[in-house]
Amino acid sequence: MSPSITLVLVIVVMSTVGTYMMLERSLVRMILGIMLVSNAINLLLLSASGAAGKAPLMNVNDTSEMGDPLPHALILTAIVITLASAAFVFTLAYRAWQLTGTDEVPDDVEDRRIAAAMPHRSEDEEVVSADEEEDDIR
Amino acid sequence: MNWLLPLPVVLPLAGAALCLLLTGRERLQRTVSVSALAAALAVACVLLWTVHRDGMQAVVLGGWPAHLGIALVVDGLSALMLLVSCIVTLVVLIFAIGQGLAGGEDTTPVSVFHPTYLVLAAGVSNAFLAGDLFNLFVGFEMLLVASYALLTVGGTLSRVRSGMTYVIFSLLSSLIFLTGIALVYASTGTLNMAHLHVRLAEIPEGTAQAIQLVLLLAFGMKAAMFPLSAWLPDSYPTATAPVTAVFAGLLTKVGVYAIIRLQTLLFSANPMENVLMAVGILTMLLGILGAIAQNDVKRMVSFTLVSHIGYMIFGIGLGTETGLAAAVFYALHHITVQTTLFLAVGLMERLTGTTDLDKLGGVAKLSPLVAVLFFVPAMSLSGIPPLSGFFGKVGLFEAGVAEGSALAYAGVGVGALTGLLTLYAVARTWSLGFWSQASPEVAATAAVRLPGPMVLAGVTMVAVMLAITLVAGPLYGLSDAAAAFGLDPAGYTAVIFPAGAP
Repeated sequence: MSPSITLVLVIVVMSTVGTYMMLERSLVRMILGIMLVSNAINLLLLSASGAAGKAPLMNVNDTSEMGDPLPHALILTAIVITLASAAFVFTLAYRAWQLTGTDEVPDDVEDRRIAAAMPHRSEDEEVVSADEEEDDIR
Repeated sequence: MNWLLPLPVVLPLAGAALCLLLTGRERLQRTVSVSALAAALAVACVLLWTVHRDGMQAVVLGGWPAHLGIALVVDGLSALMLLVSCIVTLVVLIFAIGQGLAGGEDTTPVSVFHPTYLVLAAGVSNAFLAGDLFNLFVGFEMLLVASYALLTVGGTLSRVRSGMTYVIFSLLSSLIFLTGIALVYASTGTLNMAHLHVRLAEIPEGTAQAIQLVLLLAFGMKAAMFPLSAWLPDSYPTATAPVTAVFAGLLTKVGVYAIIRLQTLLFSANPMENVLMAVGILTMLLGILGAIAQNDVKRMVSFTLVSHIGYMIFGIGLGTETGLAAAVFYALHHITVQTTLFLAVGLMERLTGTTDLDKLGGVAKLSPLVAVLFFVPAMSLSGIPPLSGFFGKVGLFEAGVAEGSALAYAGVGVGALTGLLTLYAVARTWSLGFWSQASPEVAATAAVRLPGPMVLAGVTMVAVMLAITLVAGPLYGLSDAAAAFGLDPAGYTAVIFPAGAP
C-alpha cells in the first residue's frame, strides 16, 4: 500500500505547524496547535485505509471497489473526542482569563521554588515568586 | 456468563445518565451512583470467580466476527484490576459523599460530581476490559475527559492552573496514542489485540519496533514513568481529596495495565525489556528524591506515587513470569495503598485546614484515628513487614535476582534503596506533621468534627489493605496465574479465534 503524496504532505505541514503552536505559552494557541495535529492524525488514519474507493454500501457498490470503512468510523470517533476536549480547554482558558486576565500557562511550583532559591535573582523577583507559591499551595 | 462482561461499563454509564436527569435531587443521585458502583463491584467479583474457574471469557458486541467487532475480554489480569478498581471507586465515592454532606469550603458541586465520577469509573472498567486497541483508546478518553472535569471542579485559580498542564499533557498523550493506532492499522489492517499478536509478528522487525516505541511513549505518559512524569505532582495535589485519591489509585495504573498488554500480548515477539527496566529504575530513584524535597504532604505523596510506578515498570521489564506476577501484585497493593494515603491526607486536611508541613504538627494527638489511617498505609508503602508492600517488594526482588542480569541486580538495589528513602520521606512527614508539638494553626482547629462517611471510607480502605495482606498468599497465586496466562498469548488468541486467526 502506498499512500497518496498529497495526504502525506498535508499531514507533515499540519503537524509541524501544530507542534510549533503547542510550544507557545498561551493556552488558546496550544489548543489550536493540538487541534491541527489531531486533524493531521485523522488524515493519517485516512491514509491508513488505503486507496480511495466507492462508498461502502452493500448492494449498491461492488465489494471489490469499496474503500475501507473502518478508519472512517475511527476518524469520526476521534473528531468527536477532540471536539469535546477542545471545548473544555476553551472554557478553561476563558476561566483563566477571568481569574488572572491572561491565559498563559504559569511556571510550575518546583520551577518557582528553584527560582526563589537562586541567589543571583534580583530582590523583588524573589518576593513575587515566593508570594505566588504561597497562594498556589493556598 | 458472557453477558456479564459489558456490565462494569454499562452500569456506571447508565447511572451517569440517570444522575444527569436527576440534577438537583442530591439524595436520589447519591442512591443511584452508590448502587451503580456497588452493582459493578458485584459483577467484578463474579467475573473474577468465573475466570478463576473457567478461564478467560470474551464477548464480541453485536455478534460481529471477532476481528471486525468490538471485543470485550476478561482474563485473570483484567479481572483482578477490575475488582480492585471497583472497590476503590465505591469507597472513594462514599468518602466524597461524606465530604459533600458536611459542607465547608471544599464542597464539590454534587450535581456535576456524580455523573462525571461514574463516567470515570466506566472509562476505567472499559480500559481494563478492552479487547481491541481502539476500544482501549475510547476507555482512556472516557476516563481522561471525566478527569479533566473532576480535576478542575470548582474552578479556583490553583485548579485552573494545574488543570492547564494536566489537560494539555493528557491531550498530547492521546494524540500520540492515536498516531500509534493509525500506524498499527496501516501496517497490519486490524486493531483486535489477539489478531495483532499474530499479525505484528509478521511485519518487519524495525516497523514493529517503531510502533512499539510510539505506543510505549503514549502509555508511559499516562502511567507517569520517568521522564514523562513531571505533570503528575503538579496537577494531582490541587484537586479535592477524593478526586486525588481515585486518580492516584487508578489512572496511572490503567497506563501500567496497557503497558503490560503491550509487552506481553501485542509485541511478545520483540519486547524492549532493557529499556523498560532502565526507565523503571530511574522512575523509582528520581521520584523518591522528589518526595524527600517536598514540604507539602500532598505533593510528597504524589512524588511517592511516581516513584512506586517504577517498581511495576521494572517488574514488567524483567519479562519473566515471576517478574510479571510481582508487578501485578504490586499494582493491586499500590492502588489500595495510594488511595488510602490520599484519603488519610484528605481527612487530615479536613481536620486542620492545611497540608503544609511547616504549619502542621500534633495531628496524632488531635485525632489518633487519622494518625493511624495515615501510618498504616505509609508503612505498607515503604515495605515494612508484614504489610502488603513488603510482599510486593520481596516478590520483585526475587524475580530480579532470578533473572540475573546486571540491570536486574541494579533494579533490585535501587528498589531496596527506594524503599528506605520512602520510609525516610513518610517518617519525616510523620514526625513533623503528626508527632511534634501542636502548631498554633492546628491547635485553633480542635473543634472540627469529621463526617462519618469520610471516616468510614478511610477505615474501609485500611481494612481492604490489611485484607490484601492477610490473603496475600491466595492473591499472589491469582497474580501468578494471571501472569502465566498473560505470557502465553497463544492461549489468549485461541479464546478469541477458536478456529485460528483470519
